Amino acid sequence: MANLNDHMGRPIVAVTGIGVVTSLGVGKADNWGALTAGQSGIHPITRFPVDHLNTRISGMVDFLPSSSKGASLLTYELAETAAQEAVAEAGLNSGDFGGPLFLASPPVELDWSERFSLYNSDKQDIGAERLLRVARGLKEFAIFETTQFGSIADRLADQFGTRGLPITLSTACASGATAIQLGVEAIRRGECDRALSIGADGSATAEALIRFSLLSALSTHNDIPEKASKPFSKDRDGFVLAEGSGALVLESLEAALARGATVLGILRGCGEKADDFHRTRSKPDGSPAIAAVRAALADAGLGEDEIDYVNAHGTSTPENDKMEHLSLSTVFGERIGSMPISSNKSMIGHTLSAAGAVEAAFSLMTMRESVIPPTINYDNPDPAIVLDLVPNKKRNAEVGTVLSNSFGFGGQNTCLVMAREPV
Amino acid sequence: MNPHDVVITGIGLVSSLGEGPDAHWQKLAQPGLEPVLEASRFPPYTIHPLPEIDWNLQIAKRGDQRQMETWQRLGTYAAGMALDDAGIKGNDELCTTMDMVVAAGGGERDEAVDADILAASESRNDRDVLLNEKLTTELRPTLFLAQLSNLLAGNISIVHKVTGSSRTFMGEEGAGVAAVETAAARIRSGQSTHILVGGAFQTEHSDMLLGYELAGYLHRGAWKPVWQRQGAEGGGVVTGSGGAFLVLEQREHATSRGRRIYAELGPVVSGRARRRLGGLEAEIAALLRQAALPNGELLAISGASGAHAATAAEKSAFDANPAIAARAFSTLTGHMKEAQFPFAVALAALAVDRKAAYPVFDATVERPFGGVPKTVLATAIGYHQFEGVALVNAA
Repeated sequence: MANLNDHMGRPIVAVTGIGVVTSLGVGKADNWGALTAGQSGIHPITRFPVDHLNTRISGMVDFLPSSSKGASLLTYELAETAAQEAVAEAGLNSGDFGGPLFLASPPVELDWSERFSLYNSDKQDIGAERLLRVARGLKEFAIFETTQFGSIADRLADQFGTRGLPITLSTACASGATAIQLGVEAIRRGECDRALSIGADGSATAEALIRFSLLSALSTHNDIPEKASKPFSKDRDGFVLAEGSGALVLESLEAALARGATVLGILRGCGEKADDFHRTRSKPDGSPAIAAVRAALADAGLGEDEIDYVNAHGTSTPENDKMEHLSLSTVFGERIGSMPISSNKSMIGHTLSAAGAVEAAFSLMTMRESVIPPTINYDNPDPAIVLDLVPNKKRNAEVGTVLSNSFGFGGQNTCLVMAREPV
Repeated sequence: MNPHDVVITGIGLVSSLGEGPDAHWQKLAQPGLEPVLEASRFPPYTIHPLPEIDWNLQIAKRGDQRQMETWQRLGTYAAGMALDDAGIKGNDELCTTMDMVVAAGGGERDEAVDADILAASESRNDRDVLLNEKLTTELRPTLFLAQLSNLLAGNISIVHKVTGSSRTFMGEEGAGVAAVETAAARIRSGQSTHILVGGAFQTEHSDMLLGYELAGYLHRGAWKPVWQRQGAEGGGVVTGSGGAFLVLEQREHATSRGRRIYAELGPVVSGRARRRLGGLEAEIAALLRQAALPNGELLAISGASGAHAATAAEKSAFDANPAIAARAFSTLTGHMKEAQFPFAVALAALAVDRKAAYPVFDATVERPFGGVPKTVLATAIGYHQFEGVALVNAA
């Protein structure tokens, strides 16, 4: 009989379903194949014209029916597609999930295409006044729904029959990990036996790209798109904006075993720590990221020597990768030089609100498949960063535990510790 | 009394009525108080504007103020007020171990840039190129940070040093409900000892009005109290700028540091009615049953928005329970979206603390409440989706 409670007497949380969509494809099989082959999903932008843009590449998901229908509809489709895969794998009724929904998704705004069409459907007044005039004459809710922060989760709740008020959250680039953390906590508190945690982001619009560009956050290595995302390299010059989704069915180990579900992995621990230094830069001593990693280890009941692999945040910005190296070497000490660490973002780019969930999905697969996906484009090592980055080629390895990092703009840091087996 | 009870030890409030729990109590306790209205800036809509605020009182650095637009400043200000009120502000140990759940929408866009682009779109067919051309040259780089939902929490961390954990929930009134519900659950389960929870809404920006009006939710024409907008022109919502933050604390934690307790936060119950199927009134009744209302006369601080369908459903649910004496505070403050539920809980806590009910906010519809309120109901029934209620008990 397996132990059903963790080191703190809380229910152990199992993963019984995993779903993922990235620019590499729909579903685990396609994604895993490409990821372990070191294939990049980064490509030239075709969704909108790139005139005047410094960055003309991305990891957009261009192959879904909603890919050209705006951020809200695409985010919904990404979330739904990943969740369908996860719920089906878990063997649950896809219309009656029976647990709460936690959705990490980007903040929504009225799309420019809608702004243009509303504005140009009238001639009276100018600017915002005209938009308001047209708005009050609208006869249907479709455009309105795209501007409500709770609407994507509301639709998902209808679709999957999740219980209660769905929670939509944002902790910037840590959002996907936070969605998982909220699910873990709800199960540990005994509020539910299972939870559906999704991170989805289909918000790579021209305006989003320009906003990140103006903050100098994006790579401008446009010529060879698949080479642009190069985490931890000396010539890294920013992240690559991307889209995707990851979904996990979380379940108390007890409930999972009772219904004979296959346990795909264990969500052992979650840790977080907010930074109070700056809106886009982290505290120079790395203390918040360090504290988040340590909090996750403590929550998981594991020591620094018990993590086999780190799924890095590894965005490919000069700042993040330097700070992540600092915090990992502080926590893991000398051992860091021999611990495998890789960044999925080298292939899929930065999926923002989805990243924590997408990378948790890949972390779980890393353990199940005993294969570590590489950090590609690692051609010019940064001498200041000495890590075993699983450069350019996948590695076969037994991986029993993974630390997955997510560090966000605005100082929200969340780390997850996952394990292959319940202990 | 249980050492793991959730108690309220700090309140930060801003609305058109003023700032701070005391100012709000004093105003709202005046029978026949008139709302502060602004009808000339966004015709045909009336709004409840922000009062005069000296941001320096809670956001000491000008540089921090400049990094934010009004929405983030307002939230950071109200949060600082709640921290001050709870004796936590400036206490490093308490701030670095404090958790935070913020209910947020988005920040303000640059209206001038948007208007410029829209005007140019009338004579251009290559609108996507126009967009790139204008946005790359006219957007202020740091404005993005003032628009990001999670950066209200980010600014609270930077300005007030609250760094235990930081989560931002989105989704209109439901975000406020879920934030309070999750915060309370964390304290009850021993995951947290003290949490900052709340939100802010700044309505004095056309995009914030557009967010309601794309579905025709805003009331138009002459102002009326919340319960009297059925059948009037428009959709019934009159918005207001404001913010509400609460410090929720484990009872044992609050008593051990000798803090004054406003009230105990009882059950917080949330829901998602299938409104298109007409289930809202039954859902509200179910939430009230789950909250287990006490016997006898009950004061209810209602977050009713005025939105016709949702407000009618809430009124019917109350009418079916004659013990309830409702006070719809949006009559006097306007609807504050994500801040609506935290605001309702704060007003409920004040009534319990002051051992007195508020007078009627609308003499035509609301009825007097005679006794001392020991338990007060707080509600937020979303104008479009999601709903929640809580019971607030004497300390």
